[in-house]
Formats: sequence, structure tokens, C-alpha cells
Amino acid sequence: MTEPLLSIRELRVEFPTRRGILTAVDGVSFDIAPGEVLGVVGESGAGKSLTGAAIIGLLDPPGRIAGGEVLLKGQRIDNLPPEGLRRIRGKRIGMVFQDPLTSLNPLFRIGEQLIETIQLHTGMNAAQARDRAIALLVDVGIPAAERRIDAYPYQFSGGMRQRVVLALALAADPELIIADEPTTALDVSVQAQIIALMKRLCREHNVAIMLITHDMGVIAETADRVAVMYAGRIAEIGPVRDVIGRAHHPYTQGLMGSIPTLTATAERLTQIPGSMPRLTDIPTGCAFNPRCPHVFDRCRVERPELLPAERTLAACWLYAADRRATA
Amino acid sequence: MIAHLLRSLLQGILVILAVGLIAFSMFRFVGDPIASLAGQESTDADRAELTERLGLNDPFPVQFGRFLAHAASGDFGISYRQARPVADLLAERLPATLELAVLSALFAFVVGIALGVYAAINRRGVIANGVMVLSLIGVSLPTFLIGIGLIYLFAVELRWLPSFGRGDVVHIGWWTTGLLTDTGRKSLVLPVLTLGFFQLTLIMRLVRAEMLETMRTDYVRFARARGIPERRIQFRHALRNTMVPVVTIVGLQLGSVIAFAIVTETVFQWPGLGALFVNAVQFVDIPVMAAYLMFVAFVFAAVNFLTDFVYLLIDPRLRH
Ligand SMILES: Nc1ncnc2c1ncn2[C@@H]1O[C@H](COP(=O)(O)OP(=O)(O)O)[C@@H](O)[C@H]1O
Ligand code: SF4
Ligand SMILES: [Mg+2]
Repeated sequence: MTEPLLSIRELRVEFPTRRGILTAVDGVSFDIAPGEVLGVVGESGAGKSLTGAAIIGLLDPPGRIAGGEVLLKGQRIDNLPPEGLRRIRGKRIGMVFQDPLTSLNPLFRIGEQLIETIQLHTGMNAAQARDRAIALLVDVGIPAAERRIDAYPYQFSGGMRQRVVLALALAADPELIIADEPTTALDVSVQAQIIALMKRLCREHNVAIMLITHDMGVIAETADRVAVMYAGRIAEIGPVRDVIGRAHHPYTQGLMGSIPTLTATAERLTQIPGSMPRLTDIPTGCAFNPRCPHVFDRCRVERPELLPAERTLAACWLYAADRRATA
Repeated sequence: MIAHLLRSLLQGILVILAVGLIAFSMFRFVGDPIASLAGQESTDADRAELTERLGLNDPFPVQFGRFLAHAASGDFGISYRQARPVADLLAERLPATLELAVLSALFAFVVGIALGVYAAINRRGVIANGVMVLSLIGVSLPTFLIGIGLIYLFAVELRWLPSFGRGDVVHIGWWTTGLLTDTGRKSLVLPVLTLGFFQLTLIMRLVRAEMLETMRTDYVRFARARGIPERRIQFRHALRNTMVPVVTIVGLQLGSVIAFAIVTETVFQWPGLGALFVNAVQFVDIPVMAAYLMFVAFVFAAVNFLTDFVYLLIDPRLRH
């Protein structure tokens, strides 16, 4: 395997609060290969956004990275000074947020925002940057880009704004884009267009995408691999076909069982009784154990590592070597 | 855009008309203009003749219309007390008040915004928090107390600055200015500080709150995600958005500087319109009072209109 583009090792994100320290992301590890789309799914509050924010150093205080490493092409970036991280943001790792309506500064022309970003990272002069901005807008499918570049965000529809946001994320040709629920705020018809666009951009610009969503349909259509998060941990990770079609972790199985169609979302997890624990009372051992139909003694005391289960890795004691032997 | 400005203009005109009505009503319901003008030895015939000549027998709307028409052409009648055209009295006093008000507004605006931005950026800093506590004093302390306090400190104890009057002024045409002489400039300091302090603290607190709010928005987050340097985010992306709500309120505040000037002018015996008004109230000099009210209404309307205009410059969403 080639060297991973991004590598997360045992990442931990904490919030100091009056009632003690809350661990919102707890020992998360995964790799993203160059040009790969990694889907990250999980219920609301599972820690997906925090993982994304931690990678590019945008955790809002008092949230902080309390452990682990983030490596970009083998180099640690989590311990860089703020200025070092800033240089990576936008230049090597782009980010797209959920709501295109609020992601753009309402008082600046979209061209100004694009040119600012391009010039910042590439050192182009104003005319070159403007040409590039127009090319980017054409690339993301904004019609009449030469004219629209001087328009203000309010003059665009939601879908068009998300295209502009994508153009901004691509402005300096990053190697990775972290897209946090990029289609959740959009109309269903527009969602498909944006997803198709992201797939094409990913291919043509050879940019990897960490695609955070709770929409399994989006994942099924876009991702190469999927990581399923639960209570700040990864429950299962593997190729998209296997995680969707042959899940091994009981939580993933419940998740997949609860979506008869590809348009259903992981937000509504009806198959498994109970709900994800709050950060203040995550059970010891396997975080899923109070809801798990297969729970046994070990699950309540010892936290499971990611264990190989056919083509995926599942954080579940059912796949421990000794148990598999007997099963 | 044009509609927006027209609406603003219309509002201004309505305000002026409403205040005009109040001002005009004073003539009819406060005091007796005939008694004031005709003097003790006048006969009934004299009075009747005067009443007729002044048009006081005409129906109310006709009188009001005439009052407005005169006011629009700068004719506010004759001062009961000083027996001189009110317009001349106003013109004499106007420079003193405008100089004081404009400098105070500028002081409040510039320092208020600078401190507000500073307090927002260094939210947890010691200086920023100190400034915030001090600003509470500014918001809660009455203007005249601040003025008296400043006089005590800088005029009585330290003897650095004069405590009353404008000092020496230079005439430029009909305008007079204290900015060109040493005593004039020194005399301006305390009144300007006094008059501007309240607005300053208000502007500062507002700017801080709005800036903090703006720094939490998605587009600021997205600007960070694009790698825009923090300073640039603060002063380019956030400050401009902060100014949208701030401009409206600041505009209203600056209009009221003129009104607040009454207190400051009284404390510092400043020969401006406010002092003229206070004097006029003491002697029930209705024409002067009416003219002053009209003047304040006009300033409010003008500042309001200007504010809407600046608003349009800042926010493209309102422009089309
Ligand atoms: N500022 C904060 N203080 C305390 N807890 C927080 C804070 N921000 C997020 N969290 C908690 O962290 C958890 C994960 O949040 P997040 O990553 O946004 O979830 P997701 O994106 O998967 O929906 C949630 O339980 C949330 O309540
Ligand atoms: S470790 Fe135990 S409780 Fe957790 S998912 Fe596996 S079987 Fe269920
Ligand atoms: Mg989220």
C-alpha cells in the first residue's frame, strides 16, 4: 500500500467542563489514501465533526486535542504552532461545512473571497488569481462564471452557493477536503448534483475526501471506505460494500438493518432499542454494550480494539481471536 | 435601493413635521404671544390689530402651514426676550454646538470602535476586561457628574484645562471656531470628553458584542478553514459585518449627541444652542424654543438619512 495521505492515530478530543473532563473523541485511528473518499457515518453527537475539526486544528476552545497524532504525508501536524496549521488549512487540506447559506461572507463578492484565498496560498497576482477563480467556478458548474464572479452570495441559490464553497475549498489545489455534512442542508434534488460534482472533482483533481455524513445513501454512492463512529469511537471501518452489505459490528448491523432504502439516514436508528450514551456516562468496556444484542461479560469490562472481521475491522469482542476459534 | 432611501427621507420628513407641530403648538398653548410682544401699555385695539397682523385669527392648518413655510426658509420669528431674529441667534450659537457635537461624535466613534474591537479580540485579556468595567461606569454615570468630575480633576486640582467657555475663537465669515487658538482647543477638551463619554462606552460595548457574535459565525469559521490569517479575518471579514448593526445604532446615538449637548453646555457654560435653549426655557421665549426643537429634529432626520445611506454602502444585500 502507498503511504497514506492522512493518518490519524489514537486521536482524543476533550472538553474540560465544571463536572470534569468530557472525552468526545476517544482513540480514533484511520488512514486516508491519496484520492480516496472515506465516508464517516454515525448518529448525531458521535464525534464526527469534532474529528474533522481536530484534523485541521479548528476545535473551538475549550475543546482540545488531548492525545494521539495527526499525520499528513507522514508529518505530524497536530503539534504545529497555530501559524503552521493555518498555512496547511486551505492549501493542503480544504474544508466544506454543512450550510452553504452561511459559509460565505455576505458582504464580499464571491470573486473577492475566491481571489483572496487563491492569492493567499499561491502568490499569484490579482489578474492571474481572477482567471483561476473563473476557471474554478466553471469547474464547479457555475453558469456564466465571468459575470457571476462579481455577484454577492445572496444572489446565489443554496446549491449554487455550495458549489462556490467547493470552489473555495479547491482554490489552492489541496490534497484533502474534509466535507462535514456538505449536502444535509440542501434540497434532495440538489444533493445528488453536489455529490456527483464532488465525485468528479475528487477524480479530476486527485483530491481525497473525508466525507462526514449521516446519510447512508450518500456514502453508498460516493465513498471507497467507511468508518462508522459511535460515542466518540470507531465501531467499524472497511470497504464501503462490506460495511453496508456485510457489516460485522452489531451496531453497524443495526444501522444497516434500519435503512431499507438508500435514502434513509442514520439519524433514525429504529432497529436497536435505546440511544447513544451522553458523554457524561459512557459505559465502561464496549460503549455499545447496554444496547448490544450479543453482549457478554468481557464487553462490560474491557474496551475492544479494532479487530479484523473478514474485510472490515470491527471494535467488537465477537471477533477476538480466541472467540473466533470457538465460534 | 432608491425606495429604501426614499422611505428614509419620508420618515425624516414625518419626524420634522411632528416636531414642527409640537413646536407650533407651544405658540398657542404656552404663554400669550400678544402679551409678550405688545407690552404693558398697549390698548385692546393695538392687541387686536397685532393679532390680525400676526395671522393669529386664521384657522389652525393655515397658521401651521405658514409656520412651516417660514421655518423652511430659516425664519423663526423674533425672540420675545432679545427682540432679535431667532435665526440670527441660532446662527451665532450654531458653530459652538456643532464643533462640540461633531468632535464628541468623532471621539466616541473612533475610540469606541477601536476599544470595542480590542475588547472583542482580547476577550480574556486583563486590559480588555478593565476597559469593560470602566465602560459600565460610563453607561451608568449621568453626564453632568462626569463633567463635574472632570472639571474638579483637570481644572480645579491639576489646573491643566479651563472649566468654562470656549476660550478665544477665530471668525471665518459668519462661522466661529475654537480650533485655531490654543485656549480654544484647550477649552474644547473637557466638554468633548464629557459629551462623548457616554456614547463612547455605548458604542464600545455594542461593537464588542457584535464582533464576538460575528466571530462565531459560519463564514468566519470557513474563512479560518481556508487558512485566512486571524488578523485578516478580524479586521476584514468580521469588522465589516460587525459594522452593519453598529452603524444603525451609532447613527441614532450620534444624532442624540446634539440633544445631550444641553447638559454639557450648561455644565461648561458653553455658548452653544443648548445653553440658548435652556435660557429660552427659563424666560418662556417660545420662538427660540420652537426653533431649537426644529433644529434638533432636523439633525436627527439628517443623521438618520445619512445612516441609511452608509448602511447601503456596507451591505450589498440592501442595494439592489
Ligand atoms: N463545546 C463543547 N462542550 C462540550 N461538549 C461538546 C462541545 N462541542 C461538542 N461537544 C460534544 O461532542 C460530541 C460530538 O460532537 P460532534 O463531533 O459535533 O458530533 P457529530 O458531528 O458526530 O454529530 C457531542 O456529544 C457534543 O455534545
Ligand atoms: S464488544 Fe460486546 S457489546 Fe460491544 S458490540 Fe461487540 S458484542 Fe456487543
Ligand atoms: Mg456534526
